[in-house]
Amino acid sequence: MSDTTAAAPAPGPDPVPGAVKKDGSERWTQALRDITGGSAMISVLAVVLALVVGAVLIAFTNDRVQETAGYFFSRPTDLVGAVWEAVAGAYSALFQGSIYNFRAPNFFNAIRPLTETLTFATPLIAAGLGVGLAFRVGMFNIGGRGQMLIAAGAAGWVAFAVELPAGIHLIVAIVAGLLGGAIWGGIVGLLKARTGAHEVIVTIMLNFVALYLIQFLLRTPGALQAPGSNNPKTPPMAATAVFPELFGPRYNLHAGFLTVIAATIFVWWLLSRSNLGFQFRAVGQNPSAARVAGINVKNVYLYAMAISGALVGLAGINQVLGTVTTGFGAGIDAGIGFDAITVALLGRSKPWGIFAAGILFGAFKAGGFAMQAAEGVPIDIVVVVQALIVLFIAAPPLVRAIFHLPTPGTTKGPEIRDVKTRKTNEVVAK
Amino acid sequence: MKLELRGITKRFGALVANNNISLTVESGEIHALLGENGAGKSTLMNVLYGLYVAEEGEILLDDKVQKFAGPGDAMKAGIGMVHQHFMLVPVFTVAENVVLGHEQTTFGGRLDLSAARAKVREVSDRFGFDIDPDALIEDLPVGVQQRVEIIKALSQDAQVLVFDEPTAVLTPQETDELMIIMRQLAESGTSIVFITHKLREVRAVADRITVIRLGTVVGEASPTATNAELASLMVGRAVELTVHKNSPELRGTALSVQNLSVVDSRNQIVVNNVSFDVQAGEVLAIAGVQGNGQTELTEALLGLQHHVTGSIELDGKPLRGYSVRHILDSGVGFVPEDRTEDGLVADFSIAENLMLDRSSGAPFVKAGNLQLGFRAKFAAEKIAEFDIRSQGSEMEAGRLSGGNQQKVVLARELSRNLRLFVAAQPTRGLDVGSIEFVHTRIIETRDSGIPVIVVSTELDEVVALADRIAVMYRGEIVGIVPGNTPRATLGLMMAGEPAPAAEAAR
Amino acid sequence: MSTITQDSAPLPSSAPIVKLTAQVRSWKIPITFGAFAIASVLLFVGLGRGQRGELSTFRLSEARDFIQLPEVALPTFVTGVVVAIVLVLMAVASAWLVYRHRKIPIVLTIVFALLFLIGFLAWAASGSTIPVPGLLIGTVTLSAPLIFGALGGVLSERAGVVNVAIEAQLLAGAFSSAVVASATGNPYLGLLAAMVAGALVSMVLAAFALKYLVDQVIVGVVLNVLVIGLTSFLYSQVLAPSANLNSPDVFPRLNIPLLSEIPIIGPVLFRQTIIVYVMYVAVALVFFGLFRTKWGLRVRAVGEHPQAADTVGINVNRTRFIAVTLGGVVSGFGGAYFTLGAVGAFNKEMTNGMGFIALAAVIFGQWHPIKATLAALLFGFATNLQNVLGIIGSPVPSEFMLMLPYVVTIFAVAGFVGRSRAPAADGKPYIK
Repeated sequence: MSDTTAAAPAPGPDPVPGAVKKDGSERWTQALRDITGGSAMISVLAVVLALVVGAVLIAFTNDRVQETAGYFFSRPTDLVGAVWEAVAGAYSALFQGSIYNFRAPNFFNAIRPLTETLTFATPLIAAGLGVGLAFRVGMFNIGGRGQMLIAAGAAGWVAFAVELPAGIHLIVAIVAGLLGGAIWGGIVGLLKARTGAHEVIVTIMLNFVALYLIQFLLRTPGALQAPGSNNPKTPPMAATAVFPELFGPRYNLHAGFLTVIAATIFVWWLLSRSNLGFQFRAVGQNPSAARVAGINVKNVYLYAMAISGALVGLAGINQVLGTVTTGFGAGIDAGIGFDAITVALLGRSKPWGIFAAGILFGAFKAGGFAMQAAEGVPIDIVVVVQALIVLFIAAPPLVRAIFHLPTPGTTKGPEIRDVKTRKTNEVVAK
Repeated sequence: MKLELRGITKRFGALVANNNISLTVESGEIHALLGENGAGKSTLMNVLYGLYVAEEGEILLDDKVQKFAGPGDAMKAGIGMVHQHFMLVPVFTVAENVVLGHEQTTFGGRLDLSAARAKVREVSDRFGFDIDPDALIEDLPVGVQQRVEIIKALSQDAQVLVFDEPTAVLTPQETDELMIIMRQLAESGTSIVFITHKLREVRAVADRITVIRLGTVVGEASPTATNAELASLMVGRAVELTVHKNSPELRGTALSVQNLSVVDSRNQIVVNNVSFDVQAGEVLAIAGVQGNGQTELTEALLGLQHHVTGSIELDGKPLRGYSVRHILDSGVGFVPEDRTEDGLVADFSIAENLMLDRSSGAPFVKAGNLQLGFRAKFAAEKIAEFDIRSQGSEMEAGRLSGGNQQKVVLARELSRNLRLFVAAQPTRGLDVGSIEFVHTRIIETRDSGIPVIVVSTELDEVVALADRIAVMYRGEIVGIVPGNTPRATLGLMMAGEPAPAAEAAR
Repeated sequence: MSTITQDSAPLPSSAPIVKLTAQVRSWKIPITFGAFAIASVLLFVGLGRGQRGELSTFRLSEARDFIQLPEVALPTFVTGVVVAIVLVLMAVASAWLVYRHRKIPIVLTIVFALLFLIGFLAWAASGSTIPVPGLLIGTVTLSAPLIFGALGGVLSERAGVVNVAIEAQLLAGAFSSAVVASATGNPYLGLLAAMVAGALVSMVLAAFALKYLVDQVIVGVVLNVLVIGLTSFLYSQVLAPSANLNSPDVFPRLNIPLLSEIPIIGPVLFRQTIIVYVMYVAVALVFFGLFRTKWGLRVRAVGEHPQAADTVGINVNRTRFIAVTLGGVVSGFGGAYFTLGAVGAFNKEMTNGMGFIALAAVIFGQWHPIKATLAALLFGFATNLQNVLGIIGSPVPSEFMLMLPYVVTIFAVAGFVGRSRAPAADGKPYIK
């Protein structure tokens, strides 16, 4: 093939826009181009764009802004000032609530928001890894809620009802939770493998089944309900089964964060270094070719969903053994199962991408609460911003159009090559 | 109606698919457009049909310049098309398919299906087709489906009819019938463009022949030209249509298939009580028209079919009922007929594709870990050995040309310790250069003492490679005949006539 | 061989379609029957409820009905035993039919299901009374948003665009209908606003799916999140502080003269709100539109084989866009049920997963408007049955009754629907 020697990597004849090409010989140029026109830049711009839309919403619904808009024509500066105050106030509260609090008396207090961010990020990363892993195998796991609830129920029950020495108790509780999540996810994989039942439907349905099951257990004495109580709530977790605090009682951050780092490393190894992960990816990209190549596709579906469920379950475990150790109700999943989908999408289903995305969304959550408390902006705005980020990231052409960015692959004028030098074009010419 | 294309140029990015192509089809003429796979024939016809817009050039009908924004415009102007991949909705009836896009309605926007049925009957009576307007497309044999495509085009009063590779799915007999239909149409004044890469058919039916190569018209020929002349024009050099091979060195029965039957997911018996042997060192070709059970037979050999009865023994060891993994590990190499669907993972690199069916153990995997260093070295070797034109072993397989993709599949399968090699449609969609390469490799494999099964719907390929030929028809083997059996006999067998009678008939 | 040798010969007619069919037994139905039969033996006989001669009473008329039907009282235990025996016999019969390669008539399935239901109701209502009209009226009412959502899903998916955003369409409809109806004081304008809001959500779905080729399931999921966030945000910021934006008039029940006096059917079908009456029309219109009109043929064509549609001059993406938008109109209208048909105010996340159940109804109903409606009614029935049993004191924990529709759906997709086909191009963007 003659064009490997060409000075500039010419774009292939691929008519699909946005298809990013990798050229072995020109990797560095390509990397630069990826940053300006490609995925990394798109991600940043998507976040900016979503924040702008969020700002518009905040401004529009602000009382002071509405008031000043009433007399816009007599004193327009008032409106501008009010908008600025509303938006800047909200976003600075968001920042100070999630990263660094300038008003804190000392560094140890000022850095506290960052540890809050990591605390919130912990279950998001775990669940995001689970959803992302399923994506890589070509499956959509919307069952995060159910898997988290079952895992939380299993881990929680071990944590408050079983007596074991410290350390071992924690490990047993974690294993119980992982198994719970793996079983709840594995059911989906099994049904898909054996009967072809669509995993989207099954996971949605199992969310409700798990919810009602946990609700039932929570109001049944002897199951999950705290003894002597009428509330649908468990007793507190035993101290022997709780994640230790990482930096002392001043911060909420607990050792669950370490389990999530370990999980990220595990998923990275699984997907890019292990043969099981190779089979996972093969099935995800082309199940029929995988089947012909002797890969047991049904088993892959089962294993992948079980591992995915266990990872999502880790999020539930972190909730009950780390974040809320005083006993939990049926709302313990806190919507993390759904947030995990957006985390996985933002992280492009890559382990470290998910890790970063989880921290970003953790920051939104930590900051969102601070913003709600300080500025009265409902935390729901964070949900809107998160959804918009994913929506924009999913549609690079839209973001490029908004920012007038070039489409990758067309940054250099396509050089017209003699068609005779290429015998590689059957697919297109057909 | 007279059709004229003037200076059509169509580009896809940097690729020039059609370069300044001009072509004239007189009224009532059958004009063959001859060219290899990928020469740009289909692109040109999609321009004519309004599916693509050409960068340069114009289309004239009866000397009037036309502007087509879409297929609707082309149809209104009188152009009809019989597509290579039928453009029929499988779950619709014949009548619904025929009226789709120009439906008549009655009161309240109701679809007038009785008018549609009448239209189908009228056109099919005119050509002596016997087609039930209320039959579902998916229940019809492909030959009949093609007639529905023709009815669809004619019901629009098409004056110019384009047949895009129409014979690929037909038996030789059905092909003959199609030729008669094309003649009838031409005699009634319809202009016909006949796109094909099959020389024999061109010479049988065309009034004029235009040959295109790599997007450019390289010449015109008359139907009296010889196969060799046409072929060298089409390919751009002298082509040897046969593969050099010595007579086979038989080394005893290796594969024995007895009373094999396959039932598909719709409970139809797709392979019916088939028995045959293959000796080590010979090529058994399985011929037949697409869809007569060959696909399912090869899939059954590899363990990909679920409801299989009978016995399959390789070197005396049973294979039926085992997993694909076990069968691959028993030394069966397999080239699937749809390489993009079943042979490769397009988003995987060449290196990853080369280990695709060895992902469960040494040498590519140790203790659950991929051996990336070994894989890279292996890939580099195979890329050199099989002359895979690429930008390195990390290039995605989906970006390779069809020929190079097939080389990746061959490299993967032939680098295992084989006891049997099964290649289904190994050269479908490839250019002549790649076809020669694949054929040479298959014969080399045979000569190394491995039993080879080649499934092909192309008689040329069957005749070129086979030491013995098994012809399949409706799930059964009609007969197994020597490799030098005349084409006419094979053609009759492909239509279901048993071998002795076919020979007796000549 | 010369190719054309038989110019004068008449063309052979197309080959007769001979397809050899193997006889493969499917044991799915007997297994399902068997499971239910065993369950009925365990429940109705094994638990021995009503052994002291309790009666299960079915009230067939409401007090204000013109024609009063007498109450039916069944002895609980005897009924349970009889039903259990018959169900076991039917399960055996179905197994025998399958063994003999015969088809199991659909009637058998329907009778089986009805018998099980009667047995279950009699068992659950031991010593008390079940108000049958009330049970069914509530079923229709509760099903209304599901049916609208399912119809919206069917319209979209038949055109080849997966609609996971039904939840978002319902919620957007509920929110905007509450606001507009409150602000204008006109609930009909509220209905209009609901349709517009549903259409807007659909248009975003269609734009991202068709123009930017984003995975349709992902867009749907994200749209759900977006609309939940947006409505919750606006609720907290705008509606909660000023109550006059969130107090729409609720539609009253309208009795249709004569029809509403037919025993059982009258109260169930013809003493409903305008939203339910529109629903009847919507079901009929969607069915007629999809299967009897030119438009419907084209919509189904782009959902099954977009390229075939394109080659006959149908604009695939425009057809899809319109169908998806129309689906949003229908779903959005269903959203108005929550505010204008039931509660009388908007609340955060008040659709509470109904959109997902509607999606399940689409699939359970095999992408067919009538079947999807029936599936939605089944879900509505299960929900309302739980309500009714809660009132009379159910022997089954209410959570398990609430679980029922979801478990049934899982069984359905694993068993029966596993064989049925979605529109062939569902979820696949069309790229020339």
